[in-house]
Amino acid sequence: MISVYHYLVLSAILFSMGTFGVLTRKNAIVIFMCIELMLNSVNLSFIALSRHLGNMDGQVFVFFVMTVAAAEAAVGLALFITLFRNNETIEVDQVNLLKW
Amino acid sequence: METIFFYLVALVAVLSGLLVISCKNPVNSALGLVNTFFCLAIFYVMLEAPFMAAIQIMVYAGAIMVLILFVIMLLNLGTEVRKRYMHSIAGSATAAALVLAMIVYFVKNGTLSGQVGDVTSEVIANYGHTELIGKALFTEFLLPFEITSILLLVAIIGAVILAKKEA
Repeated sequence: MISVYHYLVLSAILFSMGTFGVLTRKNAIVIFMCIELMLNSVNLSFIALSRHLGNMDGQVFVFFVMTVAAAEAAVGLALFITLFRNNETIEVDQVNLLKW
Repeated sequence: METIFFYLVALVAVLSGLLVISCKNPVNSALGLVNTFFCLAIFYVMLEAPFMAAIQIMVYAGAIMVLILFVIMLLNLGTEVRKRYMHSIAGSATAAALVLAMIVYFVKNGTLSGQVGDVTSEVIANYGHTELIGKALFTEFLLPFEITSILLLVAIIGAVILAKKEA
């Protein structure tokens, strides 16, 4: 039988994979996708715990996380387009204007 | 049976996650991410949250991923041709392993606690999951729900202003 712990461990694995991707990749869009992966792993643990405790609040919170992810996608991708227009690249190690 | 199915889908989810973080071409990463989203939607169905599975597929796999793929193709980012498309692998692997070890330690040794509600499988079968979500959303969480609409409005205006060409 599958317990809530199975889901929590799976969510932990996905989250740490997202962390690894954010820290290693250079392409800003791929970093963005890794952040989406982390958000989704948190959503999975929210729904698993909500089901385990018999409480609907966790699922409503997932709803809000999805809204924030949508807003983040819109603003983030607009930023990448502006960055590409000015710099001809979206690799994060070549964007170093603010670096001392 | 259910356990085997869980492990199968979990394996597919983890493999597609590995695809996301290891592919050189951003389009392949995006397709791996879509696959992960579908696996998570399957888990939501197994957790008796069909409404969440539906909006996972519609909002994430539909809207957000189409937006990301559209931008990848708009900027025409090919495969990263240079030798190193990743950096600081050892340090990042250590950090990710630390995060994983910490979470697994707390999941293993901690106890689950929280506000216990009365939503059981029978309640979900009787009322329907969507109705329960709607009831929570429009009574207890009405103010956050309205604030969400302002957030989306601000995000849309910000995106349009950022992305338009200088007049």
